[in-house]
Amino acid sequence: MLTVQGINVYYGAIHALKDLSINVKQGEIVTLIGANGAGKSTLLKTLSGLLKPKTGSIEFLDKSIVNQSVQAIVKEGLIHCPEGRRVFANMSVEENLELGAYLQDSSSLAADFQRVYNTFPRLLERKKQQAGTLSGGEQQMLAMGRAIMGHPKLLLLDEPSMGLAPLLVQDIFKIIKEVNDAGTTVLLVEQNAHQALKIADRAYVLETGRVVLEGDAKELADSDEIKMAYLGH
Amino acid sequence: MEYFIQQLINGISVGSIYALIALGYTMVYGIIKLINFAHGDVFMVGSFIGLYSAKYLANAGLPPIVVLLLSLIISMTISALLGITIERLAYKPLRKSTRIAALITAIGVSFLLEYTGVLILGPQAQGFPDIMEKKQYHLFGSSIQVESNQIMILLTTIILMLVLQYIVRYTKTGKAMRAVSFDVEAARLMGINVDRTISATFAIGSALAAAAGVIFGMTYNSVDPLMGVMPGLKAFVAAVLGGIGSIPGALVGGLLLGTVETEISSLGFSSWRDGVAFAVLILILIFKPSGLFGKNVREKV
Repeated sequence: MLTVQGINVYYGAIHALKDLSINVKQGEIVTLIGANGAGKSTLLKTLSGLLKPKTGSIEFLDKSIVNQSVQAIVKEGLIHCPEGRRVFANMSVEENLELGAYLQDSSSLAADFQRVYNTFPRLLERKKQQAGTLSGGEQQMLAMGRAIMGHPKLLLLDEPSMGLAPLLVQDIFKIIKEVNDAGTTVLLVEQNAHQALKIADRAYVLETGRVVLEGDAKELADSDEIKMAYLGH
Repeated sequence: MEYFIQQLINGISVGSIYALIALGYTMVYGIIKLINFAHGDVFMVGSFIGLYSAKYLANAGLPPIVVLLLSLIISMTISALLGITIERLAYKPLRKSTRIAALITAIGVSFLLEYTGVLILGPQAQGFPDIMEKKQYHLFGSSIQVESNQIMILLTTIILMLVLQYIVRYTKTGKAMRAVSFDVEAARLMGINVDRTISATFAIGSALAAAAGVIFGMTYNSVDPLMGVMPGLKAFVAAVLGGIGSIPGALVGGLLLGTVETEISSLGFSSWRDGVAFAVLILILIFKPSGLFGKNVREKV
């Protein structure tokens, strides 16, 4: 579904991604783990078109998207739910969701709202509330709901569990699994490697802009290297 | 007391003009953080287009109310296109450069419009035609006078405000505008076309300034290519007073500034009128830099 080959991305003078290659297959949950500054968010921003690689290729559904605009990439069904939630705090929950469906036909809007409210009943309770007044967990649900409104074929999630209480973290991961079971492929960036490896099919480990390890999520979770470095055993 | 109320009514007319111009300042600032100093000159262009449309249409023998409406529509449409063009040619190439570069360019565009106006139209003032017959009404049998023009101005302003409110709150473009002004990157990730949204903001702001231009012509009956300078600066003060970036702020700031100025003049200090406006600016910047409706700006670290 997604094939990234040998991309090099620069932030000004900083060489943020070095000859990086990954792939995601239809129906999978693939997780990217790694320390702060390893380049995980940079990779997601490059996939959604916010950053452009200097060299390398990115193919999504057998089409090159390297030179596409962010808007065109969203239209293709590659949707990026950014780090830090980034909800529109000055707008209501409902308006935020509506913006998620910005490129969708308005005829499917009612059904899409229904779908998101079924997944996140809390959002229905708060639909008229300003997004800025929601709790951190609710804002995360809103950010994910907003991304789902755009009919993602591939959903990029950047640190969805960041700053949430442990119980909420459980909920969020459960929902990611549900969304995936309903047919959406997921590329998940996480600091919480333990949880991420539990729900993922495969994983890539990033260090200073390079893939240093890749493989089956269960096997990686059991490997000593990962346990030492990321799981704290 | 009656004198005070009389001046209040006059102040609201002046304030409506400031408010309409201030909206353009505040909307453009909200979306690209640029003080568009050419905005007062778009107001001037709008006024001239109104003048020529009104003359032409009145000669064609149309009834006054149709002349007024058509002049407004023509002036607003052409000015909206002018606003979009200015943004595309002058500001868009600078979107990734420093804010000061765009600000200086805005001042350059302002001079360009002013002196192109002088070149084409000549520096002398031209009379704005009386679109509507001026009538005076007495309010509740008192000595307070209201001119038919003032009623038209207030009606036009209220209708435009309602339309603006509707666009910003309920239309897709309006929601995109609010999203872009809050977080450009997040807005792009929704698939919002940021360039088109910025164009729409310039179009709406310029159209409102053009409406203010037509209203100004109807009130003062005299327009010239440098007429945009002072109202432009005053509207900027009004936008800052209300809290730059805030739409209700621009409205309240404009009306407040208009009434304060008029009351000051009416007390016999008319030569202090402009000074008072800028004193207001200085006081806000000292005591409440975020303005009446502004949010405290947190610098990102």
